[in-house]
Amino acid sequence: MADKAIASMAHLMRRAGFGAPYEELEARAAKGYEATVEELLHPEAEPEIERDVMLRFMPQWVSQGGLEGQQEELIYRMINTKRPLEEKIALFWHGILCTGHAKCEFPREQMFEIDMFYRDGLGNFGNLLQELAKDPAMVFYLDNCMSHKDFINENWGRELLELFSMGVGMDGHANYTEDDVKECSRAFTGWTVTNAIPRYPYGKYRSKFIFDPGAHDDGEKTFLGETGNWNGDDIINIIAKQPATARFIARHLYDFFVADEPRVPAWQNTPPQDPEAIKMLEDEYFRSNYDIRSMLRVLFNSDFFKNSRFAKVKSPAETVAGTMRLVGDFTSPKPGLNALAMNIRYMGQDLLNPPTVEGWHTGKEWIDSGSLVERINFTADLVGNINLPGVRTIVNRLSSEGPTVSPERLVDGCLEMLGAYELAEETHRELVALVQSEGELRTDTAEFATRVGQILQSIVATPEYVFA
Amino acid sequence: MTSVKKDPVLVVLSLSGGNDALNTIIPYSDPLYTDNRPVVRISEDSVLPINDNLAFHPVMAPMKKLYDEGKVAIIQGIGYPSPSRSHFRSMDIWHTCEPVKVGDEGWLGRAVRDLDPNKENVLTGVNFGRGLPRVLAVPGVPVASVPNLETYGVLTGIENEERRAKALDVFSRVYSPMIGKGPVLDYVASTGLEALKGADILSAAAEKYSSTVEYGAGIVPQYMRNICQTHLADLGTRIFYTTSPYNTFDTHAQELANHAKLWVQTSNAIADFYHDLEEHNASENVVLLVFTEFGRRVHDNGSGTDHGSGGIAFVVGDAVRGGLYGEYPSLEANKQLEGDLQFNYDFRGLYATLLEKWMGLDAKPIVNGSFEQLDFI
Repeated sequence: MADKAIASMAHLMRRAGFGAPYEELEARAAKGYEATVEELLHPEAEPEIERDVMLRFMPQWVSQGGLEGQQEELIYRMINTKRPLEEKIALFWHGILCTGHAKCEFPREQMFEIDMFYRDGLGNFGNLLQELAKDPAMVFYLDNCMSHKDFINENWGRELLELFSMGVGMDGHANYTEDDVKECSRAFTGWTVTNAIPRYPYGKYRSKFIFDPGAHDDGEKTFLGETGNWNGDDIINIIAKQPATARFIARHLYDFFVADEPRVPAWQNTPPQDPEAIKMLEDEYFRSNYDIRSMLRVLFNSDFFKNSRFAKVKSPAETVAGTMRLVGDFTSPKPGLNALAMNIRYMGQDLLNPPTVEGWHTGKEWIDSGSLVERINFTADLVGNINLPGVRTIVNRLSSEGPTVSPERLVDGCLEMLGAYELAEETHRELVALVQSEGELRTDTAEFATRVGQILQSIVATPEYVFA
Repeated sequence: MTSVKKDPVLVVLSLSGGNDALNTIIPYSDPLYTDNRPVVRISEDSVLPINDNLAFHPVMAPMKKLYDEGKVAIIQGIGYPSPSRSHFRSMDIWHTCEPVKVGDEGWLGRAVRDLDPNKENVLTGVNFGRGLPRVLAVPGVPVASVPNLETYGVLTGIENEERRAKALDVFSRVYSPMIGKGPVLDYVASTGLEALKGADILSAAAEKYSSTVEYGAGIVPQYMRNICQTHLADLGTRIFYTTSPYNTFDTHAQELANHAKLWVQTSNAIADFYHDLEEHNASENVVLLVFTEFGRRVHDNGSGTDHGSGGIAFVVGDAVRGGLYGEYPSLEANKQLEGDLQFNYDFRGLYATLLEKWMGLDAKPIVNGSFEQLDFI
């Protein structure tokens, strides 16, 4: 049985970040759980990723003309960031406040949006929505630049309510009416982007958010029962104070950081699996004036979080980044990052290009027979590579335990160093029997490292390892 | 009534990137073709004429031969309303049959579900490639996705065969139903077993196969051969899908050389596939659809062509009544759509034709509506 403090820390680091190798877990556990939570909640105290180093190795990332380079940069950041929660919250918001490469005039625009999530993702939710509403990638993605007071396009207005802030309903009732969607859309007319400079002959250019008063409908609007000459900022202020918004954010945080919830469209009629936890988060939303950081402090320090080990299916990005952090590869930019990015795609998560504005279908929907095979083979190939520094460390630690290691100890030691994983009894028995069938484990033999690698491979191939 | 007729099989090959329709089935005698393609033009004396107006690209002799034998239907002017010129979005539309709202279920995934509603065969639908393309994705419908038939499987990185056999043995036991462990773990376990079962069966397919047909090098030939191998192994697969590598047909630059290379490979692979099936007396129940997400701009850009609309699709097989279907879109400036060929035939009608007349399925719920069908089958 793994050390309890290490187990909690492994859990925290998987959820608030992308996992951590065993030595990091030990160091953090020595500092204490709550101190680590505070550290994670204040990424600004840690150094930023060295962008100039990244760009020296990967000059093609400067222009970010295509999806592939952007995906490479994102996965590189997930592996190497010293600010795990900043990276994780960006992934969280990217899955909810989605734009997609399929509909983006200038791909770099999406990376500026990710930058916004780094900057504002842990702050005031109302502020984040204000920024989002003025984000050129979003204005274009949801057609608000096509909206004019005489020809209203409701795409942004509707998704703002349905997918970005309140959700269609809760506790069996609807959160807003069709009229609210129309009034909301009216308030955002004239919120548009500058015409992009034609791409030929010099390539693509950024566009910029502008307010076009000539296109704006400044008449009176009644939105969620409040009447006034609302513009977009007013609408977001009204949205931010709704109980439905508190519920929506609480449920999303719970789904992403604690345990898989049903998909968003089901939230109107399916109550949260842990209503008390959701209530705690809602209360903190209002108490802290819509502050995401404060909500996460409550969440990470709660019992419901601490008791939620392995209640989530790992996403493909978590799988790939977590594996690389564990084995200690790609600690500096080098060729092969593209293959990593592609592996995330093969497992079903094309970063920056979600299938729809609803984002990815997460939880068990990450798993199908194709993506499961990709996931298992990818992870097994890496943890079985005894030349990688992280795997080497595991081998060395186990071999330092004495001249021989028992089959049970080998399995348990590997589970512990993978992040205090636990297996069903039958699974555990099978793995111990597998080690046993191959004879005594002498730590001073060359074969020892290979056998550690082999058992790591069998562990990451278990159904239990699919969870985080 | 007894029937020894074999179940119909549909093979779909996607040409990712947007194949240039104008340089595939070429309107070689149309002066507007010459006008619009000052650089990226195939010269009239090298084309393989079908009639006085249209011709195959010069490297497509193997397909031209199948066409002359009456086994190739050419679907002209295929597309959908308000075309998207984004690779991702347009391919999504072809995959989901949802040109307006964004859909997340693929039409072939739905077809697999209808062909095998009780999930009796994990190999009813097989994809050759990495990951599961949207076209086959429907929640709860198992589809095997095979990057390489020779090495397909779980834990393929373990090189020592004896060691791998042992690890797989353990795998099959730890993925057995886990009673009382909760629905998600159960789902993961059963999915793992399906994958393992599919891999086991498929690995036998490659071993049994022998043929005199030699396919060319490249991904499309390799996967067409894999499809033939799997079909010949008689595993009950009804739907096969594969694609050219991502965006290979996206010929913005140096199109003449690149496009010719692509079609040498593709046209040969298609003919080899057909002859391989024929050699094994297994061609009669197979129909192949070849499609792409859009055609390309009418006017060239001096080196290649940019994203357009209105494309060409091919249907190949014994059961196919060969010939030209639909109408070749006009190149007249006022008949173009923002510089692109206008589509005149909705791709969902082509899908519906294949689903109803060939596969015997009800097409309407699969393609989201009723569309004009063709009579090539």
